[in-house]
Amino acid sequence: MAAVLRFVNRTCFGSRMGLQCLSLSRPVAVAKLVQDGASAGKTLPERVKIVEVGPRDGLQNEKTVVPSEVKIHLIDMLSEAGLSVIEATSFVSPKWVPQMADQVEVMMGIHRRPGVSYPVLTPNLKGFLAAVNAGAAEVAIFGAASELFSKKNINCSVDESLQRFEVVTKAAKEAGVPVRGYVSCVLGCPYEGKVSPDKVAQVAKRLYSMGCYEISLGDTIGVGTPGGMTEMLQAVSREVPVNALAVHCHDTYGQALANILIALQMGISVVDSSVAGLGGCPYAQGASGNVATEDVVYMLHGLGIQTGVDLPKLMDAGAFICCSLNKKTSSKVAQATCKL
Amino acid sequence: FLATVLLHLHCLLFRRALTHEYPEFVKIVEVGPRDGLQNEKEMVPTGVKIQLIDMLSETGLSVIEATSFVSSKWVPQMADHTEVLQAIHRSSHVRYPVLTPNMHGFQDAVAAGATEVAVFGSASETFSRKNINCSIDESILRFEEVICTAKQRQIPVRGYVSCALGCPYEGPIESTKVAEVVKRLYELGCYEVSLGDTIGVGTPGSMAKMLHSVKKEVPSSALAVHCHDTYGQALANILTALQMGICTVDSSVAGLGGCPYAQGASGNVSTEDVLYMLHGMGIKTGVDLSKVIEAGDFICKALNRKTNSKVAQARGDYSVHCHMKKINT
Repeated sequence: MAAVLRFVNRTCFGSRMGLQCLSLSRPVAVAKLVQDGASAGKTLPERVKIVEVGPRDGLQNEKTVVPSEVKIHLIDMLSEAGLSVIEATSFVSPKWVPQMADQVEVMMGIHRRPGVSYPVLTPNLKGFLAAVNAGAAEVAIFGAASELFSKKNINCSVDESLQRFEVVTKAAKEAGVPVRGYVSCVLGCPYEGKVSPDKVAQVAKRLYSMGCYEISLGDTIGVGTPGGMTEMLQAVSREVPVNALAVHCHDTYGQALANILIALQMGISVVDSSVAGLGGCPYAQGASGNVATEDVVYMLHGLGIQTGVDLPKLMDAGAFICCSLNKKTSSKVAQATCKL
Repeated sequence: FLATVLLHLHCLLFRRALTHEYPEFVKIVEVGPRDGLQNEKEMVPTGVKIQLIDMLSETGLSVIEATSFVSSKWVPQMADHTEVLQAIHRSSHVRYPVLTPNMHGFQDAVAAGATEVAVFGSASETFSRKNINCSIDESILRFEEVICTAKQRQIPVRGYVSCALGCPYEGPIESTKVAEVVKRLYELGCYEVSLGDTIGVGTPGSMAKMLHSVKKEVPSSALAVHCHDTYGQALANILTALQMGICTVDSSVAGLGGCPYAQGASGNVSTEDVLYMLHGMGIKTGVDLSKVIEAGDFICKALNRKTNSKVAQARGDYSVHCHMKKINT
């Protein structure tokens, strides 16, 4: 019994090569495959939640400033692709992140599909209040596992940043707004180099204790490998339950999917990714950044893991935004299936 | 205090359990000069090929597929096979297998000084017919002749099985079919069989399933994986293979060699990216990553194209380069 991918190709490649005949097995077969340990005898989650960060983390790191209508249309297309979490925008001051200056317009302009959550970044109380005012129903806060990175990125120490966030999580709790926490530099820092897994665990624990329902562990510069990922997750999962953890892997060194696979094998079932692999690595010119959602979904479906995502619709969204940005997709799945 | 001790013990045991999952050493089979250049649009001058191979010989790689003795009518990019084989500087630590599709090619290869050869089978009937104009059975009969003769002359033969995870014509391939072909090549006398995900459609799921079937017929120590990165799955697939006891990986410097079935899509996985992952996991390869990056740089300049290796792209532009050595030990 095989779990294979339904691959509806929009180009002559698929029709010529017969890949359309590949189809996704029914859920029963899928579950059995997962139970059989499809991946090298390891148990994998039956379902993985994808957190789509393209509209925020992706576009924030693109050189071209994208018109609000394009952002709104992208988010709407992603909503139709079956994603359940789409990070919509960021309430960081436009002085620092001009690409997200239209945050209110975007929040108010998107069509909010029932069952889909649209978290927004809120670095402090001011951002939080502005977000709630604009209709945000979920927010996210960003810590770092590296002191130097924290100072360079948000101009304060890790401790100071956590104090700021505590103010936000308190207010969010009172307002009944869930908060997601991010920890960056979990597998390496562009300034400090190696980052101790225990430090990552400490920061993750603090964010979790102050009320974040989920902590996303970010390999900010993509230097991690399965070895480092294993060690780090082992340390963090001692402090935070595994079902409250997510991985946010960058593909700067091509390691993202391998790292994600390891995370799945260790019980993680939430993965952040960016449509078309939007968002380069700000620390290495021309290098890639976020892992492409299409490539992640392809792997997950190939493993018989359910995501709820419609891959062809996702690729349509990727094609749309790449066209608008006048750039090539960073997704290999999209490149392979689109001969443009 | 006791809690701390127990914690450290747990950590140690966990680490031990994890390290036992992976081989301590992985052999890289560098296929760039043959599989890579054969699939590049640009015809590469003989001098450039020779220099590439010589640079790769200095990196610590122990196997470098040098060229192919297929008729130049079919593969014009490899028409200079004799010249290449005779001109490369052969390092004593390196083997230089060459492709030999039949007796004619085998004899030419031996006359040119080849000391190891490779034969190419397929797990898909349609692919076999379209690629080498005969059925799988017919191809194996041809290889039998080559392997027999090679045995007499004490020339090791490596086998390849293409379409191990999917065929551009037939779609999914039964893992039992793959196992059958692998077994036949192994029993004929191939010392190693490389399992190729020819169009890169495989995922860790299909890789695990295929290897599970193949390992029933052939020992893991005689198996290798040859993953294409067309759908970005190569490293995840290789990781799966390592977890299942495979310790030989084919790859191509700079990710040379596109996928002939999808214009503009990538093909071979980059040696640099594979090395980065293996070294990051504490797995030894004997290969110097920086020197491979240099060789990749050289051939990309000669081909006037960008590298497909993400590691090479990142290293090339990284502004805090010095930190990478600290992070990836």
